[in-house]
Amino acid sequence: MDWEGVRLHVVSGKGGTGKTTLAAALALALAAEGRRTLLIEVEGRQGIAELFGIAALPYEERRVASVSPAQLGLSGPRTSGDVFALAIDTEQALLEYLDMFYKLGRAGKALQKVGFVDFATTIAPGVRDVLLTGKACEAARRKGPDGRRVYDAVVMDAPPTGRLTRFLNVNSEVAGLARFGPIHSQAQAVMGVLKSPETAVHLVTLLEEMPVQETVDGFTELREAGLPAGGVLVNMVRPPVLDAAAVAAAHGDHREEVAQALVEAGLGGRSRSAATRRAAVEPLLDPLLAQAREHSERVALEREQRAELAALDLPGYELPLLSGGVDLGGLYRLAGELKRQGAA
Amino acid sequence: MTGAPEVLDLDRLIDDRQTRIVVCCGSGGVGKTTTAAAIGLRAAERGRRTVVLTIDPARRLAQSMGLTELDNTPRPVKGADTADGPGELHAMMLDMKRTFDEVVLAHADPERARAILDNPFYQSLSAGFAGTQEYMAMEKLGQLRATGEWDLIVVDTPPSRSALDFLDAPGRLGSFLDGKIIRILTTPAKVGGRSAMKFLNVGMGLLTGTLGKIFGAQLLTDLQTFVAAMDSMFGGFRERAESTYQLLKAEGTAFLVVAAPEQDALREAAYFVDRLAADEMPLAGLVLNRVHGTGAPQLTAERAQAAAQALEENGTDREPRQAEAETLAAGLLRLHAERVEVIGRERRTRDRFVAVYPDVPVVEVPALAGDVHDLDGLRLIGRQLAASAE
Repeated sequence: MDWEGVRLHVVSGKGGTGKTTLAAALALALAAEGRRTLLIEVEGRQGIAELFGIAALPYEERRVASVSPAQLGLSGPRTSGDVFALAIDTEQALLEYLDMFYKLGRAGKALQKVGFVDFATTIAPGVRDVLLTGKACEAARRKGPDGRRVYDAVVMDAPPTGRLTRFLNVNSEVAGLARFGPIHSQAQAVMGVLKSPETAVHLVTLLEEMPVQETVDGFTELREAGLPAGGVLVNMVRPPVLDAAAVAAAHGDHREEVAQALVEAGLGGRSRSAATRRAAVEPLLDPLLAQAREHSERVALEREQRAELAALDLPGYELPLLSGGVDLGGLYRLAGELKRQGAA
Repeated sequence: MTGAPEVLDLDRLIDDRQTRIVVCCGSGGVGKTTTAAAIGLRAAERGRRTVVLTIDPARRLAQSMGLTELDNTPRPVKGADTADGPGELHAMMLDMKRTFDEVVLAHADPERARAILDNPFYQSLSAGFAGTQEYMAMEKLGQLRATGEWDLIVVDTPPSRSALDFLDAPGRLGSFLDGKIIRILTTPAKVGGRSAMKFLNVGMGLLTGTLGKIFGAQLLTDLQTFVAAMDSMFGGFRERAESTYQLLKAEGTAFLVVAAPEQDALREAAYFVDRLAADEMPLAGLVLNRVHGTGAPQLTAERAQAAAQALEENGTDREPRQAEAETLAAGLLRLHAERVEVIGRERRTRDRFVAVYPDVPVVEVPALAGDVHDLDGLRLIGRQLAASAE
């Protein structure tokens, strides 16, 4: 397991790469072997509920799945673990926070009435981010009555890479606004957790140019901000269908031999005349070879992208493309892959 | 069963002198910016004086249009084939903060403007307000349109979390600046005690005291200074937001929803179509990017798989060269089978959309092996966008 000691896993990536899916899969994988994890969503999209096929989540931690090693295709003890989920609602988080620290009473109601929450999170987006990351940090450190951590790990489905550093770097965001006071101290406490070895920031990418570029830039930004770089999660990797052969077909002239092989395979029909059978496969040849050329171009591009990612020198994980979209079964399969590859 | 969707005629849209603005919207990662750039190039090469406004283009795409930095001014794109016609292609990348600064400078006297620009709240708002980017994109669009310099403006919208933020952002910023709390903060305490605060039955002191306790007194002072300075500009802001919104609804504006033939992207696209209809925004059609095809549709996945299997089960008693050719042919057949399955899946996804929105014209753009990063690539996409109408 590559992330021993990490309590807070932050998962981000370019839009469209499947970061919510992989955050959920990671939470499942980390829960195997009788553990308990919390999956947090911060953007109000209810992506978790959609993935697990359940009703919209309230602002409350609730169990969304249990997972046994067998469900992840692993052998081992039969103890199952639990995944809890929480969709953070900014407004409620702010009120809860204020109530916890100030016992606002009448003033709290007034604040709500005049639209203070909207106001505070609008005028100072950093304040909202402190609340969201603060909630995740709190859950990661929370201890039960027995003195043990309530969650073995917390996985946060964070905003996309473009906004990630700003989102996590709450300290500097808030510093310009609140130079003293409780929000300021809260920001500092959150930063302490985020920059510690208990946190890892993973980025999800595809083997395509733009997401890979964004991932490389993302890790650079994280490093500059002093935030702990985690792993590279390569999503939707297609199985290698005939890489070598496709490349050969694309570059060499095998037209006639391929034609004969297609006839051999019966695609030329049952005519007795060899010439007729040969003529029957003719319309297939160019399209098949063209598809091979496209395929080999893509394979070459993917190789370049893999090299770019390898240069990051971070633990990498490859998750297969699930044709037909991700259902619950697919989610467990991805979790199993993450577990097998050492991400959990 | 669904019939074939209505086909979007791009050339008719961009050749029409009445079309002055094309807005490309869609969720992230579907090739929206590329589509906007390709449409801009095609329009310019067909004789229109065109500007492409991009928000956050991929580096190499930006380079292909000669954009190397945010500079907020349209620059001519080298390499557009416009020498023989009246068309021109210009492009610009939105600098959100600078656009906001310009709005402030336009609506406040220099001293007040300086006070606003230096205020930490303004800096936070102009850089990070959820919706600032959307609002400024629309602001810039309004500015470009107002110059009257352009036959056609092609806009790429920001990759918003909630897809149509750019429609809401101006209104949201407007209502925010108009909100109760702003009024309370800008109302002198003695007046507030009597009027604004009365119905809430709370004293001004209690409220500001609480805010001060939470954020610290310095912050509250900054905030009040900021709000007071902005106060004079509210009217101007609202007016601008309203006129941009009207511009989007006006004749001469066309929305294109961009998507890929995948469930998530088309779900978002459906949301866009509904929202545009609700706001009475003129939808021109759906651009479906990255659609797979094959030159051999007559060969089904099942037959290709079976043939591949037959070849793979052939004995070893053959010449090496023939065996090699058979392995290769089997590979080609497996690849084809995979392709045909992808095509089927994409078509089913598309058909579900078409069944719900039969009136939305669709244009499909074939998938390319790699990303587009030069004008030739954009030109090719432009041709493909126009081709289905023929």
